[in-house]
Amino acid sequence: MLGRAVATLLAAAGDSVRTLQRRPTGLSSVTDHAGSLTDRAALARAVDGVDAVIHLAAKVSFMGPRSDFEAVNVEGTRNLLEEARRAGVRDVVYVSSPSVAHAGQPIVGLGTTTAEPARARGEYARSKALAELLALEMSTPDFRVAAVRPHIVWGPGDTQLVERVIARARAGRLPVIAGGTALIDTTYVDNAASAIVACLRRIDFVQGRAVVVTNGEPRPVGELISGICRAGGAEPPRWNVPGALARTAGSLVERVWTVAGAADEPPMTRFLAEQLSTAHWFDQRQTRALLDWEPAVSIEQGLQKLADHYRR
Amino acid sequence: MVALPGVDPAWSSYVDVPSASAADNPGTVNSWHYLDNGPQLSAAGTAVRGTLLCVHGNPTWSYLWRTLLAQGVLEGWRVIAVDQLDMGFSRRTRTFRRLADRVTDLEDFAAALHLDGPLVTVGHDWGGVVSLGYAHRNRANLAGVILTNTAIHQEPTKPIPSLLRLALLPGVHRIGTQTTSAFLDVTHALARPKLRSEVRAAFRAPYRTRADRAGIANFVSDIPATPSHPSYAALTDIAEGIRTLDVPSLMVWGPRDPIFTDTYLEDLTRRLPSADVHRFEDAGHLLQEDADVAGTIFRWLGERFPTGSRKASTAASAPPAAPPPTFLWHQLRERSAGPEQDSLAVAEMGRDSIRRSMSWRELADDVDAVAAGLTRFGVGSGSRVSLMVPPGVDLTVLIYACLRIGAVIVVADAGLGTKGLSRAVKGSVPDVVVGIERALLAARLFGWPGRRISVGTLSAGKRALHVESSLETLRTTPPGPVGDQNPDPDADAAILFTSGSTGPAKGVVYTHRQLSGMRDTVGGTFGLGPGGALVAGFAPFALLGPALGAASVTPDMEVTASKTLTARALADAAEAIDATAVFAAPAALRNIVATRDGLTASGKLALGRVTTVLSAGAPVPALLLQQVQELLPVASLSTPYGMTEALPVSTIDLEGILAAEADAEAEATADAAGATPGVVRGAGNGVCVGRAVQGARLAVSALSDDGVPHGTPTTEPGITGEILVDAPHVKSRYHRLWRTEEMSSRTAPWHRTGDVGHFDEAGRLWVEGRLGHIITTPGAVRTPVGIEQALEKLDAVRLAAVVGVGPAGTQAVVAVVEPLPAPGRNRRRTRKPVLADAGLAERARSAARMAGVDLAAILTVPALPVDIRHNAKIDRAEVAKWAGGVLAGGSSRTP
Repeated sequence: MLGRAVATLLAAAGDSVRTLQRRPTGLSSVTDHAGSLTDRAALARAVDGVDAVIHLAAKVSFMGPRSDFEAVNVEGTRNLLEEARRAGVRDVVYVSSPSVAHAGQPIVGLGTTTAEPARARGEYARSKALAELLALEMSTPDFRVAAVRPHIVWGPGDTQLVERVIARARAGRLPVIAGGTALIDTTYVDNAASAIVACLRRIDFVQGRAVVVTNGEPRPVGELISGICRAGGAEPPRWNVPGALARTAGSLVERVWTVAGAADEPPMTRFLAEQLSTAHWFDQRQTRALLDWEPAVSIEQGLQKLADHYRR
Repeated sequence: MVALPGVDPAWSSYVDVPSASAADNPGTVNSWHYLDNGPQLSAAGTAVRGTLLCVHGNPTWSYLWRTLLAQGVLEGWRVIAVDQLDMGFSRRTRTFRRLADRVTDLEDFAAALHLDGPLVTVGHDWGGVVSLGYAHRNRANLAGVILTNTAIHQEPTKPIPSLLRLALLPGVHRIGTQTTSAFLDVTHALARPKLRSEVRAAFRAPYRTRADRAGIANFVSDIPATPSHPSYAALTDIAEGIRTLDVPSLMVWGPRDPIFTDTYLEDLTRRLPSADVHRFEDAGHLLQEDADVAGTIFRWLGERFPTGSRKASTAASAPPAAPPPTFLWHQLRERSAGPEQDSLAVAEMGRDSIRRSMSWRELADDVDAVAAGLTRFGVGSGSRVSLMVPPGVDLTVLIYACLRIGAVIVVADAGLGTKGLSRAVKGSVPDVVVGIERALLAARLFGWPGRRISVGTLSAGKRALHVESSLETLRTTPPGPVGDQNPDPDADAAILFTSGSTGPAKGVVYTHRQLSGMRDTVGGTFGLGPGGALVAGFAPFALLGPALGAASVTPDMEVTASKTLTARALADAAEAIDATAVFAAPAALRNIVATRDGLTASGKLALGRVTTVLSAGAPVPALLLQQVQELLPVASLSTPYGMTEALPVSTIDLEGILAAEADAEAEATADAAGATPGVVRGAGNGVCVGRAVQGARLAVSALSDDGVPHGTPTTEPGITGEILVDAPHVKSRYHRLWRTEEMSSRTAPWHRTGDVGHFDEAGRLWVEGRLGHIITTPGAVRTPVGIEQALEKLDAVRLAAVVGVGPAGTQAVVAVVEPLPAPGRNRRRTRKPVLADAGLAERARSAARMAGVDLAAILTVPALPVDIRHNAKIDRAEVAKWAGGVLAGGSSRTP
């Protein structure tokens, strides 16, 4: 969803856009290359002759063995950046995640802090943290790398959050955790896309560093979830689970799932329970100054767009 | 010394000092440990402004002063904190060192270090006494003295504090202080909040073994509890000697100390009358751990020992060159001797008629009689008299009698609650408490200082309440001479306590000149003067009746709860004296409207003759005033704005409020539509409090992006800043709050009110909230009141508080609302805060957006915390703390 939005935005601005992914994009304005991060040859072909690379590919999941995450998220990033540097690419924007610096404590108005793989929660966050560190490490004045960490991206067509929330709400399996009062920052997809593009345009100022990107409109998690449910035509959740209980249940489910080798996503993980019961919102002042960027779509407008999407 | 939290290891030093003390054999050399930031200062090449010599008490050590050493490095002051012998890491001498030895010891130490001036001694606990002993005998280089919770004199007739009595009991002493660490433990437990375990361990570090603790036991034994004690003479010598110290002095105190209570502070201030005093109301014995003692000390040093060309501000501000004012009792004198001497001056209402009254002559005579009685009782110029008497004839008499003889009246409101009241009384250390039985019971229960005089009949008996006299006795014994001499107009006349809705109640000191200024302002602004008649339903202004030359009557009401004033009681009072003016609290107005059906025909007529209504203390909604206007059709309804420090500051009447609200409305719509002629720019976003009262000037000091008021005073419309006031009736100072006073008066001649607001184009002031309640969002400073008003216009909302959560500069704005009970629905009342339902959240967001603010969250609670006195001022700091916790999510710390 986010890659699509970025590609569309760049193409609309007159850039010539090439994509690399496993399935065709279906976009007429871009040139598709098929391939994956573990395929060096495909990567070399894809970066040949381009000025800049925006790297959004990752294995995103709450579950799974460490090796899978490392192969795609860490080694894949190393592969891509090495090929890009060899091909003479000038600029790289690595799309990261605020979870690289999230150690399970509430985040209340914090700025961007350094990625900490050792303290990251879960394999996804750990692998993204490692990848961000290695990407920024490679940044030089001739090969400029910057990282953007959009926080909880959502919008029409989002399968990670929106679809899951709506599906679970429809099935009556979505609880409110700890009263839903934890204040969280999110990013409407168009804003995440425009921030990534802004990062590329302003890489002079951002080179070698990471910036957290959000809508800058923190909201109680319960209100956001309800808003998404309503936009998707589902009844918002009513039953409340205390935060501690959810975290305990999450870690239990997590263990059982891993032992059982279940393929799909578990209904609740400790990481998710923490995400839903502790505050995480950020100080956006530095990000906005560095990127010279403002989000164009408010949360309220985003929810309206989401509702329009589902009404269609 | 091992590494300890807050201590730079480089500070730790040892020195061998030859002893001149009688406790040691000749030729003894003692090893002293001390902390010293001097080497650090010289390494950094910092010019040294002076030296602080800090002396700890028992059972602490130089560790107590670590914050002074750290800040001293930044401020250019060398700070030396010594470990007394047998204490800390200094030598265990195996001798018993008495006070005189310890003073000699300190002299030996200072000599060994070649300390030259300027030197400021700093002491705590018994270290305070030792440091004063040094200061008293070594004046050549002495530049100042600083004391924290200590005592220099024990009144022989009074028992020593019970904790010490316990520690001195023969069976307890050795076991409590040396065999076990009980004395250490008890002392450390006095810190509030609790000491962190590392800090606690640091305080214990030098006292691990029984032998280490010998000094602690001996220190306790050396407390001269009675005149027969061997150290009593040495103590008395110092106590008397310091009376002639002529250097600046500062006393920083933690009153929640079971040993060194306010009584000892009072004693010290009488020995060093020019001392600056700051009491940290919430701090206790270990105040260095509880409060910003270092910050206060260095701010004071900066003031008293300025660098460069800045001149030291003189201890007392130069007396104004103004002519002496007419004293508060001027009109009382005039009228008691004039043709109206037999007409009514003061009265109290009973159920429906006058219960008690005095003519002008009777009042003047009674004031003289009571003044004479008080003089005979020992009350004189500068004595502090706490008046715990409900408004009425007796209170009026007592106030004027005290002022007349130069005594300082202390007035605290029962609305503070028992605890708050008790703290206020103790902090003001009255010489005399004059009270009704309930107050005297509290005085005994809470151990208030001061001799006691009763008012009214007592059921408990004089003896039990330690009452020495009664108001009746004072006024009936044969009149003695009352000097005809008026007090110094610039001497203290009154200490009035703030409501405590913003932290602990503060004592506010007024001089006679300032009280006269208040009278003139109230009289001039509201047209009150000789010949008028007023119903005094609101205490602060009530005392001004005789001063204005107006007859005054106290209506029949529960005096501690202004909301109990009924329409009937008000009308009865108005009818009884044919009132022209009414003073009533906002809560009283609400009740008057609610009980209007109880009015009689003649009562209605009496209210119909009232021409002035004043209601102060909290904003009064226009709607309520309109309802009041129906009952008092010809009265002008004014709602003065002010604070205990300056009463009143500005005023606005009902017509003014309605006009201001219309202007605010027009300004809001004009903003959307672009410039519109006739629109008053700056109207809105706050409560309009009108224009300055007679004699007062107003200004604001603009806020920086992080919410600090630093702008030069301005009246330019549309600039939000801290509200400043300058008037003849602004307070003299805060009582024993040196730092608070310094902050409030740092922009001479202005008093900084701590309120935030702005002017509109028409010169009216709009109050936007408290300085402590402003919200610093990214890119803009927001104030709460305007947004709250927008939210309170919503049907579902009864009361709203708007607060910021998160770090300053990037705060999220949160609304916490108290909803109106939903009609018909019998929902379970939950005490827990919840997210507002989607409908309310949406309406609240769009209302706030109109005011230019994005609300991050809207929470609902059954009841917001409001102040006791007015039942209206929301404790937003409390709400913010609480909302911050709720919105951070449950504790995510996982086991």
